[in-house]
Amino acid sequence: MTNYTVELNNLVKYFGRRLIFDGINFSFSSQHIYGISGPNGSGKSTLVKIIANLISPTRGKVIHKNNLKEIESFKLHNQIGFVSPYLFLYDEFTAEENLLHFSNIRGISFNKERSDFLLNELKLIDRKNDLIRGYSSGMKQRLKFIFALLHQPSLIILDEPTSNLDNPGKEKVYALIKKEAENNLVIIASNEDSDIALCSQVIELEKFKRAIGK
Amino acid sequence: MKAYSLFKKDWQSELRTRYAINALAMFILVTISVIMFSIGSEKITEYLTGGLLWVVIFFSAMSGLSRAFVSEEERGTTMTLHLIAAPSTIFSGKLIFNLLLVFLMNFVITFLFAILFNSFIIKNFTLFAIAFLFGNVGIAISSTIIAAIISKASSKGTLYPVLSFPILLPLILTLLELTKHAMDGNSVSSSFVEIAVLVCYDVVMLTASYLLFDFIWEE
Repeated sequence: MTNYTVELNNLVKYFGRRLIFDGINFSFSSQHIYGISGPNGSGKSTLVKIIANLISPTRGKVIHKNNLKEIESFKLHNQIGFVSPYLFLYDEFTAEENLLHFSNIRGISFNKERSDFLLNELKLIDRKNDLIRGYSSGMKQRLKFIFALLHQPSLIILDEPTSNLDNPGKEKVYALIKKEAENNLVIIASNEDSDIALCSQVIELEKFKRAIGK
Repeated sequence: MKAYSLFKKDWQSELRTRYAINALAMFILVTISVIMFSIGSEKITEYLTGGLLWVVIFFSAMSGLSRAFVSEEERGTTMTLHLIAAPSTIFSGKLIFNLLLVFLMNFVITFLFAILFNSFIIKNFTLFAIAFLFGNVGIAISSTIIAAIISKASSKGTLYPVLSFPILLPLILTLLELTKHAMDGNSVSSSFVEIAVLVCYDVVMLTASYLLFDFIWEE
């Protein structure tokens, strides 16, 4: 069992002159599900992108630690599983080809057993050899979960995880999230009540905005 | 190995989408046809043919090589790459892909020049081969880093040649000089300075690209 922690130290983000959030201090640790909520434009996606090292904060620092040892930023990608509506996979490849390429580029051997297990769990096993160009938006969303979980990351970041999913899809995803949270750290950014209901602690981004306005 | 896996993904993707190959093939075909029509039955000098060769190569590189990064940006897969690989892996993978494209493209252009232009006569083939080898490597490195810089810009098509011109100019001028020497039949040793400049250009561009890529890749 890993002890993965993420510390947000006084995070500030501006886009141009527009302040998105200010002074976020928080500590995440594994075996928990955390939520980030707030109205549209409050910076939920920006915050998860900063946590995932996809963009830099204007000020402040994000520290990732695995068993108390800080992880260098260029090694972070293999620790993180990320799902979001603005993440795209390669349309010209089949689901399995996508997963195979991702494993090879990560430098890990392709775990066919785990891939088939996840494809089966998310009801894509029969379509794994179809080009994802022909997938529906819901099927693409399911495939993004497999992309995020295949390499068994310690930190799973889910931005609007249930967008485009039907009810059985949502149930399956919730079950997977709960299972992953037994060992790993899960962060969910969402406005959906059912998504936030999974979380033990929630960061309300709007509060940080109000604090600035004073 | 990770970089090679990224190259394999890009190459397989290219074979399916023909994103860069079609653009390059059409550009080469159209440019050489225009040159042939404009020359007509005129006899052009050897030096001019050598110059035209590198002009065609320069503009072909402009039309096709930016796609290594631009295609990722246009398809929205840049973030996916961020999530699966370190910046150095991404640059190396894209560089291998562009190296292959440059060598393929320049072999075709040089072959077409050799069969279509009577005045394209290389007397010292070894010298030309050295220039061709290091020139292609230089074009691939420069094009890859410039492609990474412009991929996030809104006017990619304009920015690419504008940025490429000052960066590729010293390389193209050296290559023109070496091609002239090869056409004159000069020895490799007498062209040592130009070859050294070419090798230095490649080393400087490669080092600078690896150092800069982290900053370019970070949003």
